[in-house]
Amino acid sequence: MSLILDNISYKYSTGTAYEVTALDGVSLEIKDGQFIGIIGHTGSGKSTLIQHLNGLLKATEGTIYYNGQDIYDKDYDLKDLRTQVGMVFQYPEHQLFETTVFEDVKFGPKNQGLDDKEATLRAYEALRSVGFPEDYYDQSPFELSGGQKRRAAIAGVLAMKPAVLILDEPTAGLDPKGRDEILGLISDMHKKMGNTIILVSHSMEDVANYVDRIIVMNDAKVYMDGTPKEVFSRVKDLEEIGLAVPEVTYLMMELKERGWNVDVSATTVEEAKNEILKLKGMNA
Amino acid sequence: MNIIEAKKLVHEFFRRDEEGNIEGIQVALNEVDLQVKAGSFISILGHNGSGKSTLAKHINALLTPTDGTLYVDGKDTSDAGNELAIRQSAGMVFQNPDNQIIASIVEEDVGFGPENMGIPTDEIWERVERSLKSVGMWKYHTHSPNKLSGGQKQRVAIAGVMAMEPKCIILDEPTAMLDPDGRKEVIKVAHELNKKKGVTVILITHYMEEVVDSDYVYVMDKGKVVMEGDPRNIFSRVEELKSHRMDVPQITLLAHELKKSGLDIPDGILTREELMNVLNLG
Ligand SMILES: Nc1ncnc2c1ncn2[C@@H]1O[C@H](COP(=O)(O)OP(=O)(O)OP(=O)(O)O)[C@@H](O)[C@H]1O
Ligand SMILES: [Mg+2]
Repeated sequence: MSLILDNISYKYSTGTAYEVTALDGVSLEIKDGQFIGIIGHTGSGKSTLIQHLNGLLKATEGTIYYNGQDIYDKDYDLKDLRTQVGMVFQYPEHQLFETTVFEDVKFGPKNQGLDDKEATLRAYEALRSVGFPEDYYDQSPFELSGGQKRRAAIAGVLAMKPAVLILDEPTAGLDPKGRDEILGLISDMHKKMGNTIILVSHSMEDVANYVDRIIVMNDAKVYMDGTPKEVFSRVKDLEEIGLAVPEVTYLMMELKERGWNVDVSATTVEEAKNEILKLKGMNA
Repeated sequence: MNIIEAKKLVHEFFRRDEEGNIEGIQVALNEVDLQVKAGSFISILGHNGSGKSTLAKHINALLTPTDGTLYVDGKDTSDAGNELAIRQSAGMVFQNPDNQIIASIVEEDVGFGPENMGIPTDEIWERVERSLKSVGMWKYHTHSPNKLSGGQKQRVAIAGVMAMEPKCIILDEPTAMLDPDGRKEVIKVAHELNKKKGVTVILITHYMEEVVDSDYVYVMDKGKVVMEGDPRNIFSRVEELKSHRMDVPQITLLAHELKKSGLDIPDGILTREELMNVLNLG
Protein backbone atom coordinates (compact mmCIF):
# COMPACT_ATOMS: atom_id res chain seq x y z
CA MET A 1 0.00 0.00 0.00
CA SER A 2 1.42 3.36 -0.94
CA LEU A 3 1.18 6.55 -2.93
CA ILE A 4 3.14 6.49 -6.16
CA LEU A 5 3.65 9.55 -8.32
CA ASP A 6 4.76 8.58 -11.78
CA ASN A 7 6.37 11.39 -13.72
CA ILE A 8 3.91 14.10 -12.71
CA SER A 9 3.96 17.46 -14.45
CA TYR A 10 1.58 20.32 -13.84
CA LYS A 11 1.22 23.60 -15.67
CA TYR A 12 -0.89 26.54 -14.53
CA SER A 13 -2.67 28.54 -17.26
CA THR A 14 -1.68 26.14 -20.04
CA GLY A 15 -1.62 27.57 -23.53
CA THR A 16 -1.60 31.20 -22.37
CA ALA A 17 1.24 33.71 -22.13
CA TYR A 18 1.21 33.13 -18.36
CA GLU A 19 1.90 29.41 -18.52
CA VAL A 20 3.93 28.31 -15.50
CA THR A 21 5.37 24.85 -14.97
CA ALA A 22 4.76 24.21 -11.27
CA LEU A 23 5.73 20.53 -11.32
CA ASP A 24 8.18 19.09 -13.77
CA GLY A 25 8.49 15.30 -14.04
CA VAL A 26 8.11 14.49 -10.34
CA SER A 27 8.34 10.80 -9.44
CA LEU A 28 8.02 9.70 -5.83
CA GLU A 29 7.06 6.67 -3.83
CA ILE A 30 5.50 7.30 -0.45
CA LYS A 31 5.21 4.11 1.54
CA ASP A 32 2.50 3.57 4.13
CA GLY A 33 3.39 4.88 7.55
CA GLN A 34 6.20 7.24 6.59
CA PHE A 35 6.56 10.63 8.27
CA ILE A 36 7.74 12.95 5.53
CA GLY A 37 8.74 16.60 5.52
CA ILE A 38 8.58 18.68 2.35
CA ILE A 39 10.71 21.82 2.26
CA GLY A 40 11.45 24.38 -0.43
CA HIS A 41 11.23 28.14 -0.88
CA THR A 42 7.96 29.89 -1.80
CA GLY A 43 6.95 28.99 -5.31
CA SER A 44 9.07 25.84 -5.50
CA GLY A 45 6.01 23.66 -6.08
CA LYS A 46 5.26 22.25 -2.60
CA SER A 47 1.63 23.29 -2.38
CA THR A 48 0.98 22.23 -5.98
CA LEU A 49 2.52 18.85 -5.24
CA ILE A 50 0.40 18.08 -2.20
CA GLN A 51 -2.79 19.19 -3.89
CA HIS A 52 -2.20 16.37 -6.36
CA LEU A 53 -2.12 13.79 -3.61
CA ASN A 54 -5.81 14.08 -2.81
CA GLY A 55 -6.89 14.81 -6.36
CA LEU A 56 -7.59 18.51 -5.91
CA LEU A 57 -5.36 19.22 -8.90
CA LYS A 58 -5.07 16.89 -11.86
CA ALA A 59 -1.64 16.40 -13.36
CA THR A 60 -1.11 17.74 -16.86
CA GLU A 61 1.08 14.70 -17.47
CA GLY A 62 1.84 11.51 -15.57
CA THR A 63 -0.34 9.64 -13.12
CA ILE A 64 -0.78 8.80 -9.45
CA TYR A 65 -1.48 5.42 -7.91
CA TYR A 66 -3.10 5.24 -4.48
CA ASN A 67 -3.00 1.73 -3.05
CA GLY A 68 -2.27 0.38 -6.49
CA GLN A 69 -5.12 2.13 -8.27
CA ASP A 70 -4.76 4.89 -10.85
CA ILE A 71 -6.64 7.84 -9.36
CA TYR A 72 -7.20 9.31 -12.82
CA ASP A 73 -9.10 6.22 -13.90
CA LYS A 74 -12.66 6.97 -15.09
CA ASP A 75 -14.20 4.78 -12.39
CA TYR A 76 -12.00 5.96 -9.54
CA ASP A 77 -13.92 7.58 -6.67
CA LEU A 78 -12.10 10.86 -6.00
CA LYS A 79 -14.59 11.80 -3.31
CA ASP A 80 -13.62 8.70 -1.40
CA LEU A 81 -9.94 9.48 -1.90
CA ARG A 82 -10.45 12.85 -0.26
CA THR A 83 -11.81 11.29 2.91
CA GLN A 84 -8.78 8.99 3.12
CA VAL A 85 -6.22 11.62 2.25
CA GLY A 86 -6.94 14.52 4.59
CA MET A 87 -5.47 17.93 4.06
CA VAL A 88 -4.94 20.91 6.34
CA PHE A 89 -4.45 23.96 4.15
CA GLN A 90 -1.98 26.75 4.57
CA TYR A 91 -4.63 29.35 5.30
CA PRO A 92 -7.03 27.82 7.82
CA GLU A 93 -9.49 30.67 7.50
CA HIS A 94 -10.26 29.38 4.03
CA GLN A 95 -11.17 26.02 5.48
CA LEU A 96 -13.69 27.14 8.09
CA PHE A 97 -17.21 27.86 6.96
CA GLU A 98 -19.86 26.52 9.37
CA THR A 99 -21.66 28.71 11.91
CA THR A 100 -19.89 27.28 14.94
CA VAL A 101 -16.50 25.70 15.51
CA PHE A 102 -18.13 22.47 16.64
CA GLU A 103 -20.32 22.15 13.53
CA ASP A 104 -17.28 22.88 11.44
CA VAL A 105 -15.30 20.02 12.92
CA LYS A 106 -18.31 17.68 12.68
CA PHE A 107 -18.70 18.39 8.99
CA GLY A 108 -15.90 16.06 7.83
CA PRO A 109 -16.99 12.89 9.65
CA LYS A 110 -20.63 13.56 8.69
CA ASN A 111 -19.54 13.87 5.11
CA GLN A 112 -17.82 10.50 5.45
CA GLY A 113 -21.23 9.02 6.19
CA LEU A 114 -20.94 8.63 9.96
CA ASP A 115 -24.16 9.14 11.92
CA ASP A 116 -24.69 12.23 14.02
CA LYS A 117 -23.72 10.57 17.29
CA GLU A 118 -20.46 9.18 15.97
CA ALA A 119 -19.62 12.46 14.24
CA THR A 120 -20.26 14.35 17.49
CA LEU A 121 -17.91 12.03 19.37
CA ARG A 122 -15.24 12.45 16.73
CA ALA A 123 -15.57 16.24 16.91
CA TYR A 124 -15.17 16.27 20.70
CA GLU A 125 -12.19 13.98 20.52
CA ALA A 126 -10.46 16.01 17.81
CA LEU A 127 -11.07 19.41 19.42
CA ARG A 128 -9.82 18.14 22.75
CA SER A 129 -6.72 16.62 21.19
CA VAL A 130 -5.65 19.89 19.55
CA GLY A 131 -6.12 21.78 22.80
CA PHE A 132 -8.97 23.93 21.58
CA PRO A 133 -10.52 25.88 24.52
CA GLU A 134 -13.91 24.37 25.40
CA ASP A 135 -15.54 27.78 25.97
CA TYR A 136 -15.21 28.48 22.28
CA TYR A 137 -16.84 25.33 20.82
CA ASP A 138 -20.00 27.27 19.96
CA GLN A 139 -18.21 30.40 18.81
CA SER A 140 -18.27 31.44 15.17
CA PRO A 141 -15.02 30.31 13.56
CA PHE A 142 -14.58 33.85 12.29
CA GLU A 143 -14.33 35.32 15.78
CA LEU A 144 -11.21 33.45 16.79
CA SER A 145 -7.58 34.47 17.14
CA GLY A 146 -5.26 33.27 14.39
CA GLY A 147 -3.93 30.34 16.40
CA GLN A 148 -7.40 29.24 17.47
CA LYS A 149 -8.51 29.12 13.81
CA ARG A 150 -5.50 26.99 13.00
CA ARG A 151 -6.38 24.50 15.75
CA ALA A 152 -10.01 24.33 14.63
CA ALA A 153 -8.94 23.59 11.04
CA ILE A 154 -6.56 20.83 12.17
CA ALA A 155 -9.28 19.30 14.36
CA GLY A 156 -11.62 19.25 11.37
CA VAL A 157 -9.24 17.04 9.44
CA LEU A 158 -8.19 14.85 12.40
CA ALA A 159 -11.87 14.09 13.05
CA MET A 160 -11.91 12.17 9.76
CA LYS A 161 -9.03 9.92 10.89
CA PRO A 162 -7.41 9.98 7.46
CA ALA A 163 -4.99 7.25 6.38
CA VAL A 164 -2.78 9.91 4.85
CA LEU A 165 -2.60 13.25 6.60
CA ILE A 166 -1.15 16.19 4.73
CA LEU A 167 -0.42 19.41 6.57
CA ASP A 168 0.63 22.57 4.76
CA GLU A 169 2.51 24.75 7.25
CA PRO A 170 0.37 23.57 10.17
CA THR A 171 2.32 25.49 12.78
CA ALA A 172 2.41 28.88 11.07
CA GLY A 173 0.87 31.33 13.51
CA LEU A 174 0.93 28.97 16.49
CA ASP A 175 2.67 30.02 19.69
CA PRO A 176 5.86 28.05 20.51
CA LYS A 177 4.14 25.74 22.98
CA GLY A 178 1.32 25.20 20.49
CA ARG A 179 3.88 24.32 17.82
CA ASP A 180 5.31 21.58 20.03
CA GLU A 181 1.85 20.42 21.09
CA ILE A 182 0.51 20.07 17.55
CA LEU A 183 3.62 18.41 16.18
CA GLY A 184 3.81 16.17 19.27
CA LEU A 185 0.18 15.23 18.78
CA ILE A 186 0.72 14.40 15.12
CA SER A 187 3.83 12.44 15.96
CA ASP A 188 2.03 10.44 18.70
CA MET A 189 -0.86 9.74 16.39
CA HIS A 190 1.61 8.59 13.76
CA LYS A 191 3.22 6.19 16.23
CA LYS A 192 -0.10 4.85 17.45
CA MET A 193 -2.04 4.58 14.19
CA GLY A 194 0.85 4.20 11.78
CA ASN A 195 -0.75 6.53 9.27
CA THR A 196 1.26 8.40 6.66
CA ILE A 197 2.08 12.00 7.50
CA ILE A 198 3.25 14.59 5.02
CA LEU A 199 4.35 17.85 6.60
CA VAL A 200 5.09 20.90 4.48
CA SER A 201 7.16 23.26 6.56
CA HIS A 202 9.38 26.33 6.47
CA SER A 203 10.86 25.45 9.82
CA MET A 204 14.06 23.47 9.44
CA GLU A 205 14.05 22.92 13.21
CA ASP A 206 10.60 21.32 13.18
CA VAL A 207 11.48 19.11 10.25
CA ALA A 208 14.75 18.04 11.90
CA ASN A 209 12.92 17.16 15.11
CA TYR A 210 10.06 15.10 13.74
CA VAL A 211 10.31 13.58 10.28
CA ASP A 212 12.21 10.57 9.01
CA ARG A 213 12.42 11.60 5.37
CA ILE A 214 12.80 15.01 3.77
CA ILE A 215 11.84 15.86 0.21
CA VAL A 216 13.37 19.13 -0.98
CA MET A 217 11.55 20.85 -3.83
CA ASN A 218 13.21 23.37 -6.07
CA ASP A 219 12.11 24.87 -9.34
CA ALA A 220 9.22 22.40 -9.81
CA LYS A 221 11.47 19.37 -9.30
CA VAL A 222 12.52 17.07 -6.49
CA TYR A 223 15.95 18.44 -5.64
CA MET A 224 16.86 16.17 -2.72
CA ASP A 225 15.23 13.20 -1.03
CA GLY A 226 16.75 11.62 2.07
CA THR A 227 16.95 11.46 5.85
CA PRO A 228 17.25 14.74 7.78
CA LYS A 229 20.94 14.01 8.38
CA GLU A 230 21.62 13.43 4.69
CA VAL A 231 19.72 16.52 3.61
CA PHE A 232 21.06 18.90 6.25
CA SER A 233 24.65 17.86 5.52
CA ARG A 234 24.35 19.64 2.17
CA VAL A 235 24.36 23.16 3.59
CA LYS A 236 25.76 24.94 0.52
CA ASP A 237 23.21 23.31 -1.79
CA LEU A 238 20.36 24.22 0.55
CA GLU A 239 21.48 27.83 0.90
CA GLU A 240 21.80 28.10 -2.84
CA ILE A 241 18.05 27.47 -3.14
CA GLY A 242 17.07 29.85 -0.34
CA LEU A 243 16.87 27.31 2.49
CA ALA A 244 18.93 26.87 5.62
CA VAL A 245 19.90 24.26 8.20
CA PRO A 246 18.95 24.37 11.90
CA GLU A 247 20.88 26.95 13.97
CA VAL A 248 22.59 24.25 16.01
CA THR A 249 23.88 22.63 12.83
CA TYR A 250 25.50 25.94 11.85
CA LEU A 251 27.08 26.06 15.30
CA MET A 252 28.52 22.57 14.86
CA MET A 253 29.98 23.58 11.51
CA GLU A 254 31.58 26.67 13.00
CA LEU A 255 33.11 24.61 15.80
CA LYS A 256 34.48 22.20 13.23
CA GLU A 257 35.95 25.10 11.23
CA ARG A 258 37.80 26.19 14.34
CA GLY A 259 39.36 22.79 14.47
CA TRP A 260 37.12 21.04 16.98
CA ASN A 261 36.23 17.45 16.44
CA VAL A 262 32.41 17.54 16.48
CA ASP A 263 29.83 15.65 14.47
CA VAL A 264 28.43 18.28 12.10
CA SER A 265 25.37 16.16 11.43
CA ALA A 266 23.81 17.15 14.77
CA THR A 267 20.46 18.71 13.87
CA THR A 268 18.67 18.98 17.24
CA VAL A 269 19.45 20.77 20.52
CA GLU A 270 19.82 17.41 22.24
CA GLU A 271 22.40 16.15 19.74
CA ALA A 272 24.34 19.42 19.77
CA LYS A 273 24.40 19.39 23.57
CA ASN A 274 25.85 15.89 23.63
CA GLU A 275 28.53 16.83 21.11
CA ILE A 276 29.65 19.85 23.14
CA LEU A 277 29.61 17.93 26.41
CA LYS A 278 31.84 15.31 24.78
CA LEU A 279 34.28 18.04 23.73
CA LYS A 280 34.34 19.25 27.30
CA GLY A 281 35.12 15.75 28.44
CA MET A 282 31.80 15.42 30.18
CA ASN A 283 29.42 12.56 29.74
CA ALA A 284 26.00 13.48 28.45
CA MET B 1 8.79 61.11 24.02
CA ASN B 2 6.40 58.19 24.03
CA ILE B 3 4.63 57.61 20.76
CA ILE B 4 2.39 55.01 22.34
CA GLU B 5 1.12 55.25 25.85
CA ALA B 6 -1.42 52.76 27.18
CA LYS B 7 -2.73 53.10 30.73
CA LYS B 8 -4.83 50.27 32.14
CA LEU B 9 -6.15 49.61 28.66
CA VAL B 10 -9.08 47.16 28.64
CA HIS B 11 -10.86 45.54 25.74
CA GLU B 12 -13.91 43.34 26.09
CA PHE B 13 -15.47 41.39 23.25
CA PHE B 14 -19.13 40.49 23.66
CA ARG B 15 -20.26 37.12 22.44
CA ARG B 16 -23.85 37.14 21.26
CA ASP B 17 -26.30 34.38 20.40
CA GLU B 18 -28.54 34.38 17.29
CA GLU B 19 -31.00 36.85 18.82
CA GLY B 20 -28.22 39.23 19.73
CA ASN B 21 -28.36 38.53 23.46
CA ILE B 22 -25.01 38.68 25.18
CA GLU B 23 -23.85 35.17 25.99
CA GLY B 24 -20.44 35.91 27.32
CA ILE B 25 -17.72 38.49 27.70
CA GLN B 26 -14.17 37.91 26.53
CA VAL B 27 -11.63 40.17 28.21
CA ALA B 28 -9.01 40.38 25.47
CA LEU B 29 -6.95 43.16 27.08
CA ASN B 30 -6.83 43.39 30.83
CA GLU B 31 -5.38 46.65 32.17
CA VAL B 32 -2.45 46.81 29.81
CA ASP B 33 0.24 49.41 30.50
CA LEU B 34 2.64 50.05 27.67
CA GLN B 35 5.03 52.86 26.78
CA VAL B 36 6.80 52.94 23.48
CA LYS B 37 9.50 55.54 22.92
CA ALA B 38 9.41 57.23 19.52
CA GLY B 39 12.04 55.71 17.25
CA SER B 40 12.38 52.44 19.13
CA PHE B 41 11.94 48.87 17.89
CA ILE B 42 9.78 46.83 20.19
CA SER B 43 8.45 43.29 20.00
CA ILE B 44 5.36 41.72 21.48
CA LEU B 45 5.23 38.00 22.27
CA GLY B 46 2.35 36.04 23.71
CA HIS B 47 0.36 32.82 23.39
CA ASN B 48 -2.46 32.42 20.88
CA GLY B 49 -5.40 34.48 22.01
CA SER B 50 -3.33 36.50 24.49
CA GLY B 51 -4.50 39.78 22.98
CA LYS B 52 -1.62 40.85 20.71
CA SER B 53 -3.72 41.51 17.61
CA THR B 54 -6.38 43.19 19.71
CA LEU B 55 -3.71 45.53 21.06
CA ALA B 56 -2.42 46.15 17.53
CA LYS B 57 -5.93 47.07 16.40
CA HIS B 58 -6.17 49.57 19.24
CA ILE B 59 -2.94 51.25 18.21
CA ASN B 60 -4.39 51.55 14.73
CA ALA B 61 -7.75 52.83 16.10
CA LEU B 62 -9.61 49.91 14.55
CA LEU B 63 -10.84 49.21 18.08
CA THR B 64 -11.40 51.65 20.93
CA PRO B 65 -10.87 51.13 24.68
CA THR B 66 -13.63 49.56 26.77
CA ASP B 67 -11.79 51.10 29.70
CA GLY B 68 -8.47 52.81 30.37
CA THR B 69 -6.73 55.06 27.87
CA LEU B 70 -4.49 54.81 24.85
CA TYR B 71 -2.62 57.71 23.30
CA VAL B 72 -1.00 57.30 19.92
CA ASP B 73 1.32 60.15 18.93
CA GLY B 74 -0.36 62.31 21.56
CA LYS B 75 -3.88 61.55 20.31
CA ASP B 76 -6.53 59.86 22.42
CA THR B 77 -7.85 56.82 20.54
CA SER B 78 -11.23 56.90 22.31
CA ASP B 79 -11.97 60.22 20.62
CA ALA B 80 -13.69 59.30 17.33
CA GLY B 81 -12.49 62.55 15.76
CA ASN B 82 -8.89 61.31 15.96
CA GLU B 83 -9.45 58.12 14.01
CA LEU B 84 -8.03 59.28 10.67
CA ALA B 85 -5.08 61.09 12.18
CA ILE B 86 -4.20 58.00 14.23
CA ARG B 87 -4.36 55.73 11.22
CA GLN B 88 -1.96 58.07 9.52
CA SER B 89 0.43 57.98 12.48
CA ALA B 90 0.34 54.22 12.86
CA GLY B 91 0.19 51.88 9.88
CA MET B 92 -0.40 48.19 10.06
CA VAL B 93 0.84 45.12 8.16
CA PHE B 94 -0.81 41.73 8.61
CA GLN B 95 0.14 38.06 8.36
CA ASN B 96 -1.25 36.94 5.05
CA PRO B 97 0.60 38.51 2.11
CA ASP B 98 -2.17 37.58 -0.31
CA ASN B 99 -4.96 39.44 1.46
CA GLN B 100 -3.18 42.78 1.59
CA ILE B 101 -2.28 43.54 -1.97
CA ILE B 102 -5.18 44.80 -4.03
CA ALA B 103 -3.88 46.44 -7.19
CA SER B 104 -2.58 44.50 -10.17
CA ILE B 105 0.65 46.49 -10.39
CA VAL B 106 3.06 46.95 -7.50
CA GLU B 107 3.38 50.74 -7.76
CA GLU B 108 -0.38 51.24 -7.91
CA ASP B 109 -0.79 49.20 -4.79
CA VAL B 110 1.73 51.30 -2.93
CA GLY B 111 0.12 54.50 -4.19
CA PHE B 112 -3.29 53.47 -2.94
CA GLY B 113 -2.84 54.70 0.64
CA PRO B 114 -1.53 58.20 -0.15
CA GLU B 115 -4.18 58.54 -2.85
CA ASN B 116 -6.90 57.84 -0.30
CA MET B 117 -5.34 60.45 1.94
CA GLY B 118 -5.83 63.03 -0.83
CA ILE B 119 -2.12 63.55 -1.51
CA PRO B 120 -1.45 65.37 -4.84
CA THR B 121 -0.48 63.08 -7.72
CA ASP B 122 3.12 64.27 -8.11
CA GLU B 123 3.80 63.66 -4.49
CA ILE B 124 2.14 60.26 -4.57
CA TRP B 125 4.66 59.11 -7.16
CA GLU B 126 7.55 60.50 -5.16
CA ARG B 127 6.33 58.65 -2.11
CA VAL B 128 5.79 55.43 -4.05
CA GLU B 129 9.35 55.54 -5.36
CA ARG B 130 10.83 56.43 -1.99
CA SER B 131 8.97 53.76 -0.07
CA LEU B 132 9.57 51.00 -2.63
CA LYS B 133 13.27 51.89 -2.53
CA SER B 134 13.26 51.79 1.25
CA VAL B 135 12.14 48.13 1.20
CA GLY B 136 14.38 47.21 -1.73
CA MET B 137 11.48 46.58 -4.13
CA TRP B 138 11.81 49.49 -6.56
CA LYS B 139 13.02 47.28 -9.37
CA TYR B 140 9.67 45.49 -9.29
CA HIS B 141 7.53 48.65 -9.38
CA THR B 142 5.85 47.79 -12.67
CA HIS B 143 5.46 44.08 -11.90
CA SER B 144 2.32 42.20 -11.02
CA PRO B 145 2.21 41.32 -7.30
CA ASN B 146 1.03 37.79 -8.17
CA LYS B 147 4.45 36.80 -9.40
CA LEU B 148 6.29 37.89 -6.27
CA SER B 149 7.48 35.60 -3.49
CA GLY B 150 5.82 35.82 -0.07
CA GLY B 151 8.67 37.88 1.36
CA GLN B 152 8.55 40.27 -1.57
CA LYS B 153 4.78 40.66 -1.20
CA GLN B 154 5.20 41.52 2.46
CA ARG B 155 7.83 44.11 1.57
CA VAL B 156 5.38 45.64 -0.90
CA ALA B 157 2.74 45.69 1.84
CA ILE B 158 5.23 47.44 4.13
CA ALA B 159 6.01 49.94 1.36
CA GLY B 160 2.28 50.60 1.06
CA VAL B 161 2.20 51.57 4.72
CA MET B 162 5.45 53.57 4.46
CA ALA B 163 3.96 55.61 1.61
CA MET B 164 1.52 57.07 4.11
CA GLU B 165 4.57 58.26 6.05
CA PRO B 166 3.49 56.98 9.43
CA LYS B 167 5.58 57.56 12.52
CA CYS B 168 4.97 54.03 13.64
CA ILE B 169 4.36 50.74 11.92
CA ILE B 170 2.82 47.66 13.49
CA LEU B 171 3.72 44.32 11.97
CA ASP B 172 1.31 41.61 13.12
CA GLU B 173 3.08 38.29 12.42
CA PRO B 174 4.43 39.53 9.08
CA THR B 175 6.62 36.44 8.61
CA ALA B 176 4.28 33.64 9.70
CA MET B 177 3.67 32.48 6.13
CA LEU B 178 7.18 32.98 4.76
CA ASP B 179 10.14 30.75 4.00
CA PRO B 180 13.45 31.33 5.85
CA ASP B 181 14.77 33.76 3.23
CA GLY B 182 11.52 35.70 3.12
CA ARG B 183 11.48 35.96 6.90
CA LYS B 184 15.00 37.36 7.00
CA GLU B 185 14.19 39.89 4.24
CA VAL B 186 11.18 41.26 6.09
CA ILE B 187 12.89 41.54 9.49
CA LYS B 188 15.92 43.19 7.89
CA VAL B 189 13.72 45.75 6.15
CA ALA B 190 11.89 46.51 9.40
CA HIS B 191 15.21 47.21 11.14
CA GLU B 192 16.42 49.37 8.26
CA LEU B 193 13.27 51.50 8.33
CA ASN B 194 13.72 51.88 12.06
CA LYS B 195 17.39 52.88 11.83
CA LYS B 196 17.42 54.97 8.67
CA LYS B 197 13.99 56.57 8.73
CA GLY B 198 13.47 56.63 12.46
CA VAL B 199 10.14 54.83 12.18
CA THR B 200 8.93 53.25 15.42
CA VAL B 201 8.41 49.54 14.83
CA ILE B 202 6.14 47.23 16.77
CA LEU B 203 6.70 43.64 15.79
CA ILE B 204 4.32 40.87 16.83
CA THR B 205 5.73 37.42 16.25
CA HIS B 206 5.86 33.81 17.40
CA TYR B 207 9.46 33.39 16.22
CA MET B 208 11.81 34.01 19.09
CA GLU B 209 14.89 34.55 16.88
CA GLU B 210 13.19 37.54 15.28
CA VAL B 211 13.10 39.58 18.46
CA VAL B 212 16.74 39.33 19.59
CA ASP B 213 17.62 42.67 17.96
CA SER B 214 14.68 44.60 19.43
CA ASP B 215 15.22 47.40 21.92
CA TYR B 216 12.51 46.12 24.21
CA VAL B 217 10.19 43.11 24.46
CA TYR B 218 6.75 42.68 25.99
CA VAL B 219 5.25 39.27 26.76
CA MET B 220 1.48 38.94 27.07
CA ASP B 221 -0.55 36.23 28.75
CA LYS B 222 -4.37 36.19 28.84
CA GLY B 223 -4.72 39.88 28.07
CA LYS B 224 -2.05 41.05 30.51
CA VAL B 225 1.55 42.14 30.08
CA VAL B 226 3.42 39.60 32.21
CA MET B 227 7.07 40.20 31.31
CA GLU B 228 9.00 43.11 29.85
CA GLY B 229 12.63 43.94 29.32
CA ASP B 230 15.37 43.94 26.74
CA PRO B 231 15.88 40.71 24.79
CA ARG B 232 18.81 39.52 26.86
CA ASN B 233 16.87 40.00 30.05
CA ILE B 234 13.76 38.30 28.63
CA PHE B 235 15.64 35.35 27.17
CA SER B 236 17.55 34.81 30.41
CA ARG B 237 14.27 33.80 31.98
CA VAL B 238 13.85 30.50 30.14
CA GLU B 239 11.57 28.70 32.57
CA GLU B 240 9.39 31.75 33.14
CA LEU B 241 8.98 32.19 29.38
CA LYS B 242 8.01 28.55 29.02
CA SER B 243 5.35 28.97 31.67
CA HIS B 244 3.77 31.56 29.35
CA ARG B 245 3.87 29.11 26.39
CA MET B 246 6.87 30.93 24.92
CA ASP B 247 10.29 29.64 24.02
CA VAL B 248 13.80 31.00 23.50
CA PRO B 249 15.95 31.01 20.34
CA GLN B 250 17.49 27.61 19.62
CA ILE B 251 21.00 28.77 20.53
CA THR B 252 19.75 30.27 23.82
CA LEU B 253 18.08 26.95 24.60
CA LEU B 254 21.25 25.03 23.84
CA ALA B 255 23.26 27.35 26.13
CA HIS B 256 20.65 26.91 28.86
CA GLU B 257 20.76 23.11 28.53
CA LEU B 258 24.57 23.13 28.66
CA LYS B 259 24.45 25.22 31.78
CA LYS B 260 22.04 22.76 33.38
CA SER B 261 24.52 19.99 32.55
CA GLY B 262 27.15 21.79 34.59
CA LEU B 263 29.02 24.03 32.15
CA ASP B 264 29.85 27.53 33.31
CA ILE B 265 27.73 29.59 30.92
CA PRO B 266 25.94 32.89 31.62
CA ASP B 267 22.20 33.30 31.08
CA GLY B 268 20.79 35.03 28.02
CA ILE B 269 23.16 33.87 25.28
CA LEU B 270 21.57 35.11 22.06
CA THR B 271 23.91 34.28 19.18
CA ARG B 272 26.23 31.51 17.99
CA GLU B 273 29.15 33.91 18.28
CA GLU B 274 28.40 34.56 21.96
CA LEU B 275 28.06 30.87 22.68
CA MET B 276 31.36 30.03 20.96
CA ASN B 277 33.09 32.70 23.01
CA VAL B 278 31.84 31.47 26.35
CA LEU B 279 32.43 27.82 25.53
CA ASN B 280 36.10 28.59 26.07
CA LEU B 281 37.34 25.89 23.79
CA GLY B 282 40.66 27.70 23.42
N1 LIG C 1 -13.99 39.61 16.70
C1 LIG C 1 -13.91 38.98 17.87
N2 LIG C 1 -15.03 38.68 18.57
C2 LIG C 1 -14.95 38.05 19.76
N3 LIG C 1 -13.81 37.65 20.35
C3 LIG C 1 -12.67 37.92 19.70
C4 LIG C 1 -12.65 38.58 18.42
N4 LIG C 1 -11.36 38.69 18.02
C5 LIG C 1 -10.59 38.13 18.99
N5 LIG C 1 -11.37 37.66 20.00
C6 LIG C 1 -10.91 37.00 21.25
O1 LIG C 1 -10.05 37.89 21.95
C7 LIG C 1 -8.93 37.21 22.50
C8 LIG C 1 -7.62 37.84 21.99
O2 LIG C 1 -7.52 37.62 20.60
P1 LIG C 1 -6.31 38.20 19.72
O3 LIG C 1 -6.68 38.00 18.30
O4 LIG C 1 -5.98 39.57 20.16
O5 LIG C 1 -5.12 37.21 20.14
P2 LIG C 1 -3.62 37.11 19.59
O6 LIG C 1 -2.71 37.31 20.75
O7 LIG C 1 -3.43 38.01 18.43
O8 LIG C 1 -3.55 35.58 19.17
P3 LIG C 1 -2.79 34.85 17.94
O9 LIG C 1 -1.38 34.64 18.38
O10 LIG C 1 -3.50 33.54 17.85
O11 LIG C 1 -2.92 35.69 16.73
C9 LIG C 1 -9.09 35.73 22.09
O12 LIG C 1 -9.64 35.02 23.17
C10 LIG C 1 -10.07 35.77 20.93
O13 LIG C 1 -10.87 34.62 20.89
MG1 LIG D 1 -3.01 37.67 16.33
